[in-house]
Amino acid sequence: MTTTTAAPVAAGPVAPTAAARSRSRRNLRSALLFLSPWILGFLIFTLWPVLYSAYLSLTDYDVINDPQFIGLENYRAMATDPKIALALTNTVVYTVLAVPLHVAGALGLALLLERAGRSSGFFRTAFFLPKMTPPVAVGVLVLLLFNGQNGLVNEALGAVGIQGPYWTTDQTWIKPALVLMSMWTIGSTVIILLAALRQVPSELYDAARVDGAGFWRRTFAVTVPMISGTIFFVVVVNTIAAFQMFTEAYTAFFGSGNTTYANEAALFYVIYLFQQGFENLNMGYASAMAWLLFVIILAVTLVQLAVSKRVVYYEGDQK
Amino acid sequence: MTRRVGRPLILAALVAATVVFVYPFVWLVSASFKPRGEVFDNRLVPETFTLDNYVQVWREVPMAQWLGNTTLVTVLAGITVTLSSAAVAWGFAYFRFRGRGLLFGLVLATMMLPGAVTLIPTYLIWKELGFVGTLTPLWAGNLFGSAFYIFLIRQFFLGLPRELFEAAQLDGAGNWTIFRAIALPLARPALVLTLLFETQAAWTDLMRPLIYVQDTDKFTVPRGLKALLDQYGFGGEWHWEIVVTASVIATLPMILLFFAGQRHFVQGIATTGSKG
Repeated sequence: MTTTTAAPVAAGPVAPTAAARSRSRRNLRSALLFLSPWILGFLIFTLWPVLYSAYLSLTDYDVINDPQFIGLENYRAMATDPKIALALTNTVVYTVLAVPLHVAGALGLALLLERAGRSSGFFRTAFFLPKMTPPVAVGVLVLLLFNGQNGLVNEALGAVGIQGPYWTTDQTWIKPALVLMSMWTIGSTVIILLAALRQVPSELYDAARVDGAGFWRRTFAVTVPMISGTIFFVVVVNTIAAFQMFTEAYTAFFGSGNTTYANEAALFYVIYLFQQGFENLNMGYASAMAWLLFVIILAVTLVQLAVSKRVVYYEGDQK
Repeated sequence: MTRRVGRPLILAALVAATVVFVYPFVWLVSASFKPRGEVFDNRLVPETFTLDNYVQVWREVPMAQWLGNTTLVTVLAGITVTLSSAAVAWGFAYFRFRGRGLLFGLVLATMMLPGAVTLIPTYLIWKELGFVGTLTPLWAGNLFGSAFYIFLIRQFFLGLPRELFEAAQLDGAGNWTIFRAIALPLARPALVLTLLFETQAAWTDLMRPLIYVQDTDKFTVPRGLKALLDQYGFGGEWHWEIVVTASVIATLPMILLFFAGQRHFVQGIATTGSKG
């Protein structure tokens, strides 16, 4: 009697562990089955490309002949390539102009929408719609709307007595035109900021109002700090996107037909990378360029992260 | 007092902004019905109304073929990325195994990698496989899921009550059945959102068609629009009415897509912000 009951008790601590172990092994096997598409894709389309592009950046490679190892020669050449300096400058100028304008513009629209009441859905749709436009068509619109002679923008400026510049042919005005055009597609940033605004507890506003704070005071003392986490997010996302600006500028100012334009002002970094890689078939050089871009974006994001630690308020913070 | 004055002011500002955001569409559509000489007249309603531009685009370029190519690529890209990302998301959401957090961190980390870094080796892979010049590279990478969508769908799965799946498991349902018959139908909002986002991304992409297809017959609409711009906008011909009309054709399907899935788009974008 005692032995028959003792046996299962004795087996108790052992048997479940074995079962658990086999269950967890089965679990892992099933999980791997579901994860396998990503694992395969990661190995083939991320890991290998990252390693191979690092290798290619140390070679001279034109697709037809095998890669020739040349050490850091590509990086050295980049340091003295005036077009790299030009492309970097253009990209930084564009980013520095576009990102604050995007975020400030989107925040302004989101603040208006938040106070629009029932009609906000209609306006939100209107603001978002341009975001659906293919970037190629946005590039076409830059040329059409900002045409110096008879574009819509200059006509509107003319109506208030301002003689508009030749946006698309004047080197000084190409980037401002691209920045203004990109303002047209800030709809998703507006939606993200609006969603954050709606999370701000209304007691905070009531308290501020009781204390006699006006609209601007409430906005900058309550609203902006409360949604600073989201503002930080859209700043980072917009910065990364601006650094990789390609389609709109390439459509409007580069390509086979476009030889009449002086387009140095629109030579952004990824456009130059694309030209080196796929038009000149300097794939080693283009790979080195890609790595420099990666390092720059990473550094900028880390700096933004460091700054955000000082200025961003997250709920539950002890500050 | 401020409220009574503030309200009309706010509405006025919103209406003004709406005009700025919507007018470029109106301008474009209106210009597409104008004859060549009047494209730049900036009139709201065409002085001379004509359908010639559409007829001419149809005649000059294989627009039907381009629309067909783009539709094919978009449908394949959307379906493959939705199903594969859902499967992977399920793998991360449902199963518990050692190293799961680390592996999922790796998925998120790939989002930080600029596309430029993998651009050239990816081209070399498709070239090695003999797919350069075909539409395959424009969608087939989606068979392996995409980090952002995996993240999005996983979040959704995690919000579902786990007891539901454990009950099914007790009833003897296998892993595949639980995924297919219970998890997938429940995750419909996340899947629709993924499909909508990817449809937009695939339809509007220019860089990949620039890299992978050279024959006019293989162009997508955005690639074709760029070619039209190069030929008719520049290239000494200055037929802007063609470029304008092709731009309308490229944009219209996306406007329809937005109105078909408006609620999903707006909610989906709002949540991407709160996850950050």
